[in-house]
Amino acid sequence: MPDMSSPENSCDLPGIVARWGGDAANLVQILREVQEACGTIPPEAVDPLARLLNVPRVRIESTASFYAFFHTGPGCAYTLLFSDNIIDHMAGKAGLKQYVCEKLWVEPGKRSEDGLVYVGDTADIGLADQAPALLVNGHAVPSLDKTRLDLIAELIRARKPLAEWPPMLFEIPDQIRKAGPLTGEAFAPGAALRRTLARGAEATLAELETSNLRGRGGAGFKTAIKWASCRNAASGARYVVCNADEGEPGTFKDRVLLNSHADLVFEGMTVCARVIGARRGFLYLRGEYKNLFEKLQTVLARRRETGLLGESILGEAGFDFDIEIHLGAGAYICGEESALIESLEGKPGKPRNRPPFPDRRGYRDQPTVLNNVETFACAAKIAEQGGAWFAAIGTPQSTGSKLMSVSGDCRRPGVYEYPFGVTARQVLIDCGAENAYAVQVSGPSGMCISFREFDRRLCFEDLASAGAFMVFSRQRDMFEVARNFTHFFAHESCGFCTPCRVGTSLLRNIMDKLAAGKGSVYDMNEMQRIMHILRGMAHCGLGHTAANPVVQTMEKFPDAYEKRLKKLDFEPAFDLDGALATARLITGRDDAWAHLADD
Amino acid sequence: MTSARPKIATCSLAGCFGCHMSLLDIDEKLFELVERVEFDRSPLTDIKRCGPCDIGIVEGGVCNAENVHVLKEFRKNCRILVATGACAITGGIPSWRNNVDLWDCFQEVYHYGLGLEGGQIPNDPELPLPFDKVHPINEVVRVDYFLPGCPPPAEAIWKFLSDLIAGREPKLDQAMLRYD
Repeated sequence: MPDMSSPENSCDLPGIVARWGGDAANLVQILREVQEACGTIPPEAVDPLARLLNVPRVRIESTASFYAFFHTGPGCAYTLLFSDNIIDHMAGKAGLKQYVCEKLWVEPGKRSEDGLVYVGDTADIGLADQAPALLVNGHAVPSLDKTRLDLIAELIRARKPLAEWPPMLFEIPDQIRKAGPLTGEAFAPGAALRRTLARGAEATLAELETSNLRGRGGAGFKTAIKWASCRNAASGARYVVCNADEGEPGTFKDRVLLNSHADLVFEGMTVCARVIGARRGFLYLRGEYKNLFEKLQTVLARRRETGLLGESILGEAGFDFDIEIHLGAGAYICGEESALIESLEGKPGKPRNRPPFPDRRGYRDQPTVLNNVETFACAAKIAEQGGAWFAAIGTPQSTGSKLMSVSGDCRRPGVYEYPFGVTARQVLIDCGAENAYAVQVSGPSGMCISFREFDRRLCFEDLASAGAFMVFSRQRDMFEVARNFTHFFAHESCGFCTPCRVGTSLLRNIMDKLAAGKGSVYDMNEMQRIMHILRGMAHCGLGHTAANPVVQTMEKFPDAYEKRLKKLDFEPAFDLDGALATARLITGRDDAWAHLADD
Repeated sequence: MTSARPKIATCSLAGCFGCHMSLLDIDEKLFELVERVEFDRSPLTDIKRCGPCDIGIVEGGVCNAENVHVLKEFRKNCRILVATGACAITGGIPSWRNNVDLWDCFQEVYHYGLGLEGGQIPNDPELPLPFDKVHPINEVVRVDYFLPGCPPPAEAIWKFLSDLIAGREPKLDQAMLRYD
């Protein structure tokens, strides 16, 4: 494990820039390495970087300030970021965070005076099945309890370099509970590529068409159409990009695929390269999955050695393709395809105007196929076993299998692979969730279903899903679930468009107002109004869906809201008399005019 | 409108009177306005207390206890309450102080400001007591309409009022909706 905490690591800017080809398109990766070397992105590094990369300094600053994992202030030897999904809260996150803060004599959200440690929050880190979890200097530690936190606090106080921490802290089991074609069958690296070469690119595309494979990132666009469009694009260097920015809270199936079935994913990308004629590919790995980075590099190196990547793949002259891994830096929005491409190009991850879609103008404005991790894994299986085999699994409009990331109130959280069309009830039985009351399907941007809807089926015809399946029992407060999600969206809005930047914050504020017992019908109507503005005016999917959790829980669990409404008409957003307390103290006044009574 | 001549009240809380100036900028239409409506409490009439009204126009955000009393009086008496201008809608420029601790504000103003010597923090009950932060008015009372702008253009105020007076749902062109 690399050691980011030792101060003697000096910051060799020219070396880092040279390693990334002096190309400003790699700025996110360059900044990541600078921060690893210096513990921060020092303000005095901005000008030299701008010179070395031949870009204006605002390019450096805008990127450095956009990503949650980049910071420009004084660094800390240890940064603990607690995953902040509702599932982590249900598993006792708040208490454990408080516990470790007390152990370390540090206030949450404040760097300790001696620069030793910072304890804060971060969006879901893809470990909902092993919640609560945290990142220490970017490395994930699952299944937190007091014993583990005692150990962590001890290691920090002893200033032990991360490399010397016990590896068992960082062990993350896959927890595949139900295997299927992707997770259960042996796959010989190269098998799909050999079939592809034997069959030819055109015929492979035809197999993909027959398979009726649809994108697994949630939108369900037909993969064959995307690949064909890119293949038929007039000209240009073509690129293959794998979206491993699995940021949707409650989703973690890509982590498992990449941990144990990386060959399948890389092979799918290589098949795609053959079909569309690409020479370069990227795996955009979310920063939270940094612990997979070395392992994936090893897989890539092995594939190069065995002729499955590099020049003349499998001896086929002219079939040259290689894959680079780019790490994200903590931005949910980069899961949106055009934002991801912006990030790959070293810019803040702000969604582009679409169309044109990436299949025409993607990475460096060239034709690019961008698919989810699971989609590429499916594509490899289809190339190997044929489209008809795949199409026989699932339902007519949703062929194949789907990985579900199951978490929350159930006895067996983990990854379940089902043929498409399985009912929510079946998943609940299998994972041991007898007391289920509601399920958040496909994360905060997806759909909340109540116990009345458990016979609905998980497939594009009914409940489309990118794979998250968060279970809530009767004891849970669905209002708090929705409130957690509004905080998530307000934090992750990229800030590019006003409806989303402001709308998500207003939603969060109103939900907090309700939580403080100051809600009224007026606030409920306001949220409806904001929802319409977000749906109609926001620039991208984040804004369009940001109000979903509130609107759906309001509709399905009205009691959770009604019991919080203080008045039917209106209630102020803050404690009027309390907000005068500081001024009373300063002026020493306590007269009648120095107070405000409730009406 | 309920009566033959609708009643209007206006006030400026934590604002700069710029929105009132913009209202005066309707120029010769002022004659038409005073014929069509009756003004209740307003800096224009110098009436100190608000009676039952049809329309209340509030400029400025809420920065102290007195603002709350005025605002609540307006809400109680006005059938339609309009947050007028950036400060009423978002807190505006006065809310820039929200990033400064209230202690620091007082220290700077009464103790350490340029040319001050032996200054004291006033504690007269007549002085309105400031809040920790400046708030938009919709965080204190229910608001029916928001008329944006810093200030809203005179034409926007005129169109907005004419629509309300005529009993229409106010509609403003894109060009009249200003956010600066």
